[in-house]
Amino acid sequence: MEVGMLPISASKRGKLLAAGYTSLHSISRASASQLATDIEVSEDEACEIRKYASQTSALDRSIGNSSNTSNLYGGQTAWTMLNEEKFSTRITTSCVDLDNILGGGITCKEVTELGGVPGIGKTQIGIQLAVNVQIPLEYGGLGGKAIYIDTEGSFMVERVLQIAEACIEDMPEYSHHFHNNVQDCEVKMHPNSILENIFYFRVCSYTEQIALVNYLDKFIEEHKDVKIIIIDSVTFHFRQDFDDMALRTRLLNEMALKLMKLARKFCLAVVLLNQVTTKYIEGSYQLTLALGDSWSHSCTNRIILFWNGDERHAYIDKSPSLKSASAAYSVTTRGIRNSNSSCKRIKMV
Amino acid sequence: MANKLIKQMGLPNSIANIFTARNIITAKDALSLTEFELMEQLDVGMAEVKSAMAHISEVVCPPCQTALLLMEQRVRDERSAGHLPTRLRGLDEALCGGIPFGVVTELVGPAGIGKTQFCLKLSLLASLPENCGGLDGRVIYIDVESKFSSTRLIQIGIENFPEIFLKKGMAQEMAGRIVILRPTSLSEFTESLHHVQVSLLQKQVKLLIIDSMAALVLGEHDCGASRQQALGWHVSFIKSLAEFSRIPIVVTNQVRSQIGDEPLTFSFQVRSHSIKKEDRAAYDSHLVAALGINWAHAVTIRLVLEARSGQRFIKLAKSPISPPLAFPFNITSSGLVLLDDDGIEMKGSEINTIHCQGQKALFNSEW
Repeated sequence: MEVGMLPISASKRGKLLAAGYTSLHSISRASASQLATDIEVSEDEACEIRKYASQTSALDRSIGNSSNTSNLYGGQTAWTMLNEEKFSTRITTSCVDLDNILGGGITCKEVTELGGVPGIGKTQIGIQLAVNVQIPLEYGGLGGKAIYIDTEGSFMVERVLQIAEACIEDMPEYSHHFHNNVQDCEVKMHPNSILENIFYFRVCSYTEQIALVNYLDKFIEEHKDVKIIIIDSVTFHFRQDFDDMALRTRLLNEMALKLMKLARKFCLAVVLLNQVTTKYIEGSYQLTLALGDSWSHSCTNRIILFWNGDERHAYIDKSPSLKSASAAYSVTTRGIRNSNSSCKRIKMV
Repeated sequence: MANKLIKQMGLPNSIANIFTARNIITAKDALSLTEFELMEQLDVGMAEVKSAMAHISEVVCPPCQTALLLMEQRVRDERSAGHLPTRLRGLDEALCGGIPFGVVTELVGPAGIGKTQFCLKLSLLASLPENCGGLDGRVIYIDVESKFSSTRLIQIGIENFPEIFLKKGMAQEMAGRIVILRPTSLSEFTESLHHVQVSLLQKQVKLLIIDSMAALVLGEHDCGASRQQALGWHVSFIKSLAEFSRIPIVVTNQVRSQIGDEPLTFSFQVRSHSIKKEDRAAYDSHLVAALGINWAHAVTIRLVLEARSGQRFIKLAKSPISPPLAFPFNITSSGLVLLDDDGIEMKGSEINTIHCQGQKALFNSEW
């Protein structure tokens, strides 16, 4: 029913149907006062209902009208999106091979999920991204701030300081890659200022996690230079004593949609770190990312981190625009860097 | 936070009453429903639901801090910027000072390798006064397998800190700061944890040791799912305990043999069907940590103790602040002693496998 599409309370919908208003057209045709008397609501409420009805029917009308496609309610054409995608900003991971398979780095306006076994380096990549988003524009970075949502308590400030100091030392290498004049860029950052630009939230239950994701809209309005949100890890609180699995799926889906909305609205990157679990597939136990099959559809990109012999690798498991490939990376005292075996090639960064 | 009452959140009365009328009392009740479900249950429009939820979320949401603030707080308020020095130089350097506060550190290894010895030494270190590198506080030691030996504790004390322990009455005071609890079942343990939570705030408890977690959980349930659930609650509780009281929590874990020859892989990984001959020789005792992968994710720092060709090693298998280093050690009368403070860096599968070769060496050792 078209009337069922209106974002009003169930009882009002029921009253509309009982009074004979079965289509949106009939609602917008009636005057506000007539509507008010028919369904016994105030005139203001009746005006609101008419407004909703006319908005929704405008959408229906323009779908049929092919010449006026660009003004579709909230829509964009693929051509305008192409221009946007070409210039979409990416955040480097400080590892050339990893950046290459990602098409330059972690994309803004998208939700990327990173999952792997314990100790593979998920938190390390999270911290590296929180630092790298702050690389100034002159060095090819975004010059933005980061929000780090910690659900497990693995955010160690000593490590952040280490990575921040190493990033500042290695900064001239980024300007080389960006083909900039080194003499003009004497921007000397202090590690403390990097730490100051990471907003840290410690979440202790799934309720707080959901509340925080709801609150982020308001928070980022007040801090418009936030360019990345990292949740480490999105799984933890949803894995411990959750009896109702169907509820868990609904809540996770809603959370994923909200995060995607934030990513698009504020042009920032959302990185979700996930854990692994074992699943019995085709006669044997295999590793798979946690939170179930419905969750695997929620994120735009999915990258799995795993051990390949003695090296850490990242594999693009799911992406609408990137090719399935895997790259090696390493975790060093300076943070995420290229793996040792690729050092024999000429250093690009 | 999650149990905050909606009527105390400052929402306009009209909407607050609707929430109460529909039996949505706490913030958790409201946040456990999607917006659409709330709209249906409360019988209000989407706009009102959104603004009410935005208000509730803002109240329940944790406070914002910057990483800089965190660091300054730690340096200012806590001993060694939030670490308990273990007095094993190589390990302390790798851990940026020692066992960190506010997180769960796990010690895993085969029987007789030295986990309890390490725990005894840690409990001693925490009870020492600050000028000797201790935390000057009480220690709660949850001893499930009845392995705590006071004689051994005093011996370690005398060997390491003769100037304190040989002084009159000091041994009594130090040992008097260590409280030992002996729960015999998981439910007793749960009860003890609640008592611990209360005493953490009242008394000066600076360290909690649980020796061992595996013995509690593995003895109780025989089927996988209920055990995972029970463990899940304890994991969250222990972690939040560590977090709120900013103390180190050390938990020991057992090992079990690995099912099957090959390690678990993802579906996209190509399984190598040809196992080299050299690897076969190493298969005589392949062990993994007990309690499952969920537990492995939940602990922040994992120290693996193992024995390879008769030499014991302590490995930093999982740590957000250090590279995966392995240090050879021995157990002497003064507890654990590192033979090499530099450590060997490990790669790949070596990090998580636990060896127990040279078993004779373990039983023939002094302790």
